[in-house]
Amino acid sequence: MSENQWPLWEVFIRSKQGLDHKHAGSLHAADAQMAIENARDVYTRRMEGVSIWVVESKYVHASNPDESASFYDPANDKVYRHPTFYDLPDELKHM
Amino acid sequence: MSVQEFERIFQDKIDQDIRIEPKDWMPDAYRKTLIRQISQHAHSEIVGMLPESNWITRAPTLKRKATLIAKVQDEAGHGLYLYSAAETMGITRDEMIDQLLSGKAKYSSIFNYPTITWADMGAIGWLVDGAAIMNQVPICRASYGPYARAMVRICKEESFHQRQGFEILLVLSRGSEAQRRMCQDAINRWWWPSVMMFGPSDDTSPNTAQSMKWKIKRFTNDELRQKFIDVSVEQVKLLGMTLPDPDLIWNEARQHYDFGVIDWEEFRNVINGNGPCNKERLAARVEAHEEGAWVREAAMAHAAKRAAREERKIA
Repeated sequence: MSENQWPLWEVFIRSKQGLDHKHAGSLHAADAQMAIENARDVYTRRMEGVSIWVVESKYVHASNPDESASFYDPANDKVYRHPTFYDLPDELKHM
Repeated sequence: MSVQEFERIFQDKIDQDIRIEPKDWMPDAYRKTLIRQISQHAHSEIVGMLPESNWITRAPTLKRKATLIAKVQDEAGHGLYLYSAAETMGITRDEMIDQLLSGKAKYSSIFNYPTITWADMGAIGWLVDGAAIMNQVPICRASYGPYARAMVRICKEESFHQRQGFEILLVLSRGSEAQRRMCQDAINRWWWPSVMMFGPSDDTSPNTAQSMKWKIKRFTNDELRQKFIDVSVEQVKLLGMTLPDPDLIWNEARQHYDFGVIDWEEFRNVINGNGPCNKERLAARVEAHEEGAWVREAAMAHAAKRAAREERKIA
């Protein structure tokens, strides 16, 4: 049987309490529990994680990089969202 | 936009060291060459488990057995990181496995040599992993994001491999007459194949120019090979052993070691399937795949049973 029926899963690992889960890679597994166990074996052999999330790859939806220009356009010219835009005297403290 | 426009934008990104990610536009040739390189790199890791697994049951101490197992586990992990990176480019795991098992895909020539003594474990860790590290560190900055990230992960793990190997040789080099001879013999057999790991010389390497332009490759084969040789000549002194190349001489003008002529015929033979262990390696992988079919099927059956039990609980 050459057909691998195990779906592809994306793996996210939280390396320590207080940090976000970061994408670590992908793997094939028959179901979620196996995916978590496989993720432990592949991605945390050196205690790199305290928490593992797995999501079937087909459920990850992504923005289209070809449309980046128009997609992010609204944010492109709003420099006033940054604190440095506001010119205030140096004598002003704690701001 | 025309294809030329897309290509120009793509090359601009590469020139500015902006990473290419899976959904970005890329030339077909870039995708094809990366699929080939990443999958063959992955195959090399998996096949690379075989020569070393050979000694797990016969490691001289429990500590040596445990560290060798850990190294081989890492190689499996490295293969998996790389298959995962290749899959982001549109090829499936099944297709890649088929290519390996049918003999269509290549893997690193070095793994087609036999591991005849325990000292081979030391020589492999020191020289083969050493050469791999030299090759892999620059790839941490390769233009394709998933490949570069996989490489960062791999490089972190690879350094224990090399230190484990050198330590094996160091202990042997300080041992009995028989141990010292075994150490030198292993070095004698693994030196030239390791030097060949860097691939054909630059003037006969067809893919190099394009790979450098696309920043898949950061240094040429000859550049990396020279660096490896320079470093190893210094390291072997600490073992009190020699490298099997009478032409190794420091060249003051070049500020590098000159070295002897590589037997490219041997390299070609090994790459094309006529090395000492090619057939054996492939047969082992085919057998593992076929013998493992029940595991793949059982896992699916078990998953289905688990899901059905969950449903009955909720119902």
